[in-house]
Amino acid sequence: MSDVVSSKLTKGKTFGAYGRVGQAINELDERLGVAKGGRTFLDKVFPDHWSFMLGEIALYSFVVLLATGVFLTFYYIPSSAIITYHGSYLPLDGQHVTQAYASSVDLSFNVRAGLLMRQMHHWSCDIFTGAIVVHMARVFFTGAFRKPRESNWIVGNLLLILAIANGFLGYSLPDDLVSGTGIRIAFSIAESIPLVGTYAAFFVFGGNFPGASTIPRFYILHVLIIPLIILGLVGAHLFLLVRQKHTQFPGPGRTENNVVGSPMFPVFMAKTAGFLFLVAGVVGLLGAFAQINPIWQFGPYDAAKISYAVQPDWYMGFLDGALRIWPSWSFHSFGHTIPLEITIPSVVLPGIIFTLAFAWPALESKFTGDKAMHHLLDRPSMRPKRTAAGAAVLAFLFTLFIASSTDVIANFGHLSLNSVLWAMRVLTFVVPLVTYPVTYYLAKEMQRAPGSGKRKTTNVVTRTVAGEYVAAPAPAYSEDVHEELEPKVVPTYIEVADPSVSGAVTVRR
Amino acid sequence: MSEDLSRTPVSLSSVREDDPHLQPAAKNPIVVERIIALNFIAAMLSLAGFLWAYVVNAQAWKLGATFGGGLFFLGVGLVAWGKYLMPRGPFVEERHVLSSTQAERDSFADAIVNRGGGVIKRRKFLGGLLGGSVALVGAASVWPLLRSLGPMPKGTLFHTDWRRGTYAVDQSGRRIHTSDLAVGSIVTVFPEGKQDSERGQAVDQTVLIRISNQDYTTQKGREGWGPKGYVAYSKLCTHLGCPVGLYEQQLQLLVCPCHQSMFDVTNGAIPNFGPAPRPLPQLPLMIDSLGYIRAQSDYHEPVGPGFWERA
Repeated sequence: MSDVVSSKLTKGKTFGAYGRVGQAINELDERLGVAKGGRTFLDKVFPDHWSFMLGEIALYSFVVLLATGVFLTFYYIPSSAIITYHGSYLPLDGQHVTQAYASSVDLSFNVRAGLLMRQMHHWSCDIFTGAIVVHMARVFFTGAFRKPRESNWIVGNLLLILAIANGFLGYSLPDDLVSGTGIRIAFSIAESIPLVGTYAAFFVFGGNFPGASTIPRFYILHVLIIPLIILGLVGAHLFLLVRQKHTQFPGPGRTENNVVGSPMFPVFMAKTAGFLFLVAGVVGLLGAFAQINPIWQFGPYDAAKISYAVQPDWYMGFLDGALRIWPSWSFHSFGHTIPLEITIPSVVLPGIIFTLAFAWPALESKFTGDKAMHHLLDRPSMRPKRTAAGAAVLAFLFTLFIASSTDVIANFGHLSLNSVLWAMRVLTFVVPLVTYPVTYYLAKEMQRAPGSGKRKTTNVVTRTVAGEYVAAPAPAYSEDVHEELEPKVVPTYIEVADPSVSGAVTVRR
Repeated sequence: MSEDLSRTPVSLSSVREDDPHLQPAAKNPIVVERIIALNFIAAMLSLAGFLWAYVVNAQAWKLGATFGGGLFFLGVGLVAWGKYLMPRGPFVEERHVLSSTQAERDSFADAIVNRGGGVIKRRKFLGGLLGGSVALVGAASVWPLLRSLGPMPKGTLFHTDWRRGTYAVDQSGRRIHTSDLAVGSIVTVFPEGKQDSERGQAVDQTVLIRISNQDYTTQKGREGWGPKGYVAYSKLCTHLGCPVGLYEQQLQLLVCPCHQSMFDVTNGAIPNFGPAPRPLPQLPLMIDSLGYIRAQSDYHEPVGPGFWERA
């Protein structure tokens, strides 16, 4: 092989059959050996199923987050120093605000495209966390987390936690009235941890609330430390994905030993690059038309002030809901207080949920005794217990999320706050308990009914000339018919190195 | 590479005519091509519009509409190209076995256990010293870093800036006179001089309510704390420290908008709804000879949410 390459090079002047690209590959390959791996990479097959796109939404909204976030860092000032506002938003004129708040308002109004970038940043954060959750649900319900992919499941869980944490930190940075209240609550939650809570809170926030260190610390965590960890873990996530290759649903020609779909180049590359633009485009349109976090309306943070209907971003909603509906049981003894009313809903509960998530692959393998490798996915209905358990946990979290709006629900529906609170307390237990059996039996039902979920065709009744009635099913709807070819190996060129030389040189992958 | 040889290499030029795998998925490629072209044209127009909107400093929504719209059309065009006009496949790739042979595993383990472990076993004393040093490097780098992050809590959480004789002032620094509030009115007060400080706002904030015309005792043992019907409670919710910013005048309840804890101001601010576990601490008040409202002392218990050191 190598003498073919060098003979081409020694010919000088003329490029080979592949022109400048071929020349560049030759040069690179001589030094780094890129050709074999490069070809394998371009031939890498990606499954075509739509559900594999959910992780891409997460990845690309993270790209948008990085791009818009870098823009914002040029204008945002992470300082709690108090200044008198004399900017272009006149209702705030003369108010004492922090530099963090003033710079956030200024970058929204005075910097070209600043408001758009801020709104895109906020929207892509909400989409990022949302896409991670939905992607995680896909992985869970189809059993993609099973051996050998347990480690990637754990990486994904870490990414979700970091995404939520960084979302909260970023949400806190503008130092407006609503986010400042969020920081106050976060301080109290840290403070509530038994034994070390006050130290944890004082060390994280640099002293008692509000603490001048909070904003600068949150800033460096938000723009550098956590994004770096996220980037590293995203790298690990994708590395493991490439190393272990994709899972796939069962289908024609699909086995545990292959992957069927479209090759990386050019098909997947076109689709995924297009998808990056699509995600960025949707975020851009949301930033243009859907107002989010209008901090100038909330006003600057003032520890003695508060706004009605204060709610965090959606991904913190389940914690807020849990804090609302958990009863006021505090534990006092031996001269110490354990604020169970804070610790249980905001520390123990997320602790249990994420521990369960981390441990699920191990737990499932232990209880089912399934230690085998799995590259073919389950249809959710084939695993009724897992599907029901996942649905119940999601229903539980969703009910808690709804519980974060008890006051709004009571006001909107002219209901007593007390009834709404008790309804949510009951529903938090009832909804998952009902979800489990309903999902379980639905899944069982779907197993028994082949072709369930597909449209039934009409029975066409015709009368013959003799007056006889004949019933026959109509042909299937054309859009329901998916003919899939037997998968084929990604085509390889047969390259003739030089027409004058007899015999072809096969370039293998 | 042996598995590669088992594949049948297919010449692209020879299969292009007949192999359905290489045909586009679209039933009518020409129509799809035109639709994609329209998308790309829309993307170009939209992005050119963005540049124009940027130059003339148009409103944010115009910037977003043109920029987002441009990216959206570009994305639609590219995805459609990949999905409908490129080889429909499906193609297959073999999954290589990642795991090594047992001999290779054993040799890896052997290097760690025998080669590495052997070194330590031969010099157990040195190994112990090395371990100790490394542990101290860790402690020496991490502990001071952690310790310097913030001050020790000490008594900070147990005290506010209210003292005997401290004037109650409103947010603008004006002292509160007995004639200032009508019955049923409420004002947020701070210790004089602290109304502009962060600590003053975050820790010392107090609600002053006039619930009656006469001296008012909210609970046994608090006689003389509510002169002329003025009572004062810490404004920090005992649940999570949000300011209890809503006053339900007719029910005489202080309500926290964060998680809807409600405190009965006539009865020692005992919580009668919501997740707050304790009453709001009450500030003992007195009225000086000129009729200004002042504190008798600091709060008798820590204000705000619960923590471990709190009795």
